[in-house]
Amino acid sequence: MASFEYVRAEDVGGAVATVSADPGASFLAGGTTHLDLLLKDAVIASHRLVDITRLPLRGITRVGDTLSVGALTTMEELAADSTVTERLPFVREALLLGASTQLRNMATIGGNLLQRTRCRYFRDRNVAMCNKRSPGSGCAAITYGARMHAILGASEHCIALHASDLCVPLVALDARVHIEGAVRQYTIPLTEFYVTPGDHPDIENVLDHGDLITRVDVPLLPPDARSGYLKVRDRASYEFALTSAAAALVLDRGTITSARLALGGVGTVPWRARDAEGVLIGAPATVETFRAAAAAAIQNPFTVPGTAFKVELAKRTIVRILETVSGVSS
Amino acid sequence: MIESAPLTTDVPATLVDVEIVVNATPHRLELDSATTLLDALRDHLELVGTKKGCDQGACGACTVLLDGKRVLSCLTLAAQCDGRKVTTIEGLAQGGELHPVQAAFIRHDAFQCGYCTAGQIMSAVALLEEGRTGSDAEIREFMSGNLCRCGAYPNIVAAIREAAAARRA
Repeated sequence: MASFEYVRAEDVGGAVATVSADPGASFLAGGTTHLDLLLKDAVIASHRLVDITRLPLRGITRVGDTLSVGALTTMEELAADSTVTERLPFVREALLLGASTQLRNMATIGGNLLQRTRCRYFRDRNVAMCNKRSPGSGCAAITYGARMHAILGASEHCIALHASDLCVPLVALDARVHIEGAVRQYTIPLTEFYVTPGDHPDIENVLDHGDLITRVDVPLLPPDARSGYLKVRDRASYEFALTSAAAALVLDRGTITSARLALGGVGTVPWRARDAEGVLIGAPATVETFRAAAAAAIQNPFTVPGTAFKVELAKRTIVRILETVSGVSS
Repeated sequence: MIESAPLTTDVPATLVDVEIVVNATPHRLELDSATTLLDALRDHLELVGTKKGCDQGACGACTVLLDGKRVLSCLTLAAQCDGRKVTTIEGLAQGGELHPVQAAFIRHDAFQCGYCTAGQIMSAVALLEEGRTGSDAEIREFMSGNLCRCGAYPNIVAAIREAAAARRA
């Protein structure tokens, strides 16, 4: 049984100072990933949990064409926001498809960005082989078999998936993450926040120990944009994605003038499909264009036998969401 | 009586004081920091109506209301509930009258083994408050965090549909 000291943070600076000064300390927000890994799976350890849930980092404000989302805003609160409904509908879709209502009432936006992989080998302490848990020990997913794993941004050291739905439209939108650390405050695009595994799968993002996400700024879509999020999964609801895609398009008389596209269920990090956007922008909104974009999106996949199906499934997911959003289909 | 021995003796427990209002009754507890709300309810307050299913946030059996919103008590630390209000299945009936959702579950035979039922009912009570009962499809989608291994889903949906209609009437 895990044993730890529970501390309630009084202010942001104190929380950051406490965790930064103590390698064995960690922040506790909604707990839906952290307590699972700490108390149940026992694959992470922490001797001091700093509960940040009562810090004033909650709430949503609109400043011009940017929605500023406090890191402790819950998934359910963000999904209920009227600006999200009107100007970021695919963010709302991803939130509602991303977890049960119980989990959405608990899970925070900052925590969602930092959720850990669902790789079952990572979460099973009886499996010795895991480069993310024990650097240098090998990858059980590649060795023994995988299915719900990444095919993009993966390496022979790790194919663990980043399973967030919310992050898919957020990387498409060029959301920016505000971070408070012990020595600096900084802002970084979400597309640059994550680190692909390479030969260090234990490093997942740019944060230093003790850095705290304080808010996420999300640019609104233009009023004439259309957007959508498609999640393909084994069950009709309450399941992680096999593949997913978030798309936002602006069309002018049949021509795509603006395109944002990102993928979930396939990447070791939330996957922005910039090459596909390049195919779409300026092209006619046709199924042929969508197929070309899908081909451009899935380049050099790293597959094992159990994940090879995702290459075609991801392409079809992209074509389908582009058809849905544009209203053009074959 | 056989006394169980502690699993470890080398790690001192780190205790935390928690004041919590459960079903309108205030309690003061001294708990190990790692105690979940679920274990506090079942093992310390003897409110065993809330069930431990997967104990890992996947099944919904442990659903309770925290300050009126449904959450999973297995993934909530009791310490995080200090000063907050919890409603469990034991707190739904008023003056000997079952909550309308409880009564509807009985009328529609919305359970078989009953293990998931407390969580299903707590989730359904919240669902009515959230206003997500516009159609069977909506009920199914927003109840999808509560699993029923017996497969009583059609009757659960029927019970919720009826409770929602009665509430609107």
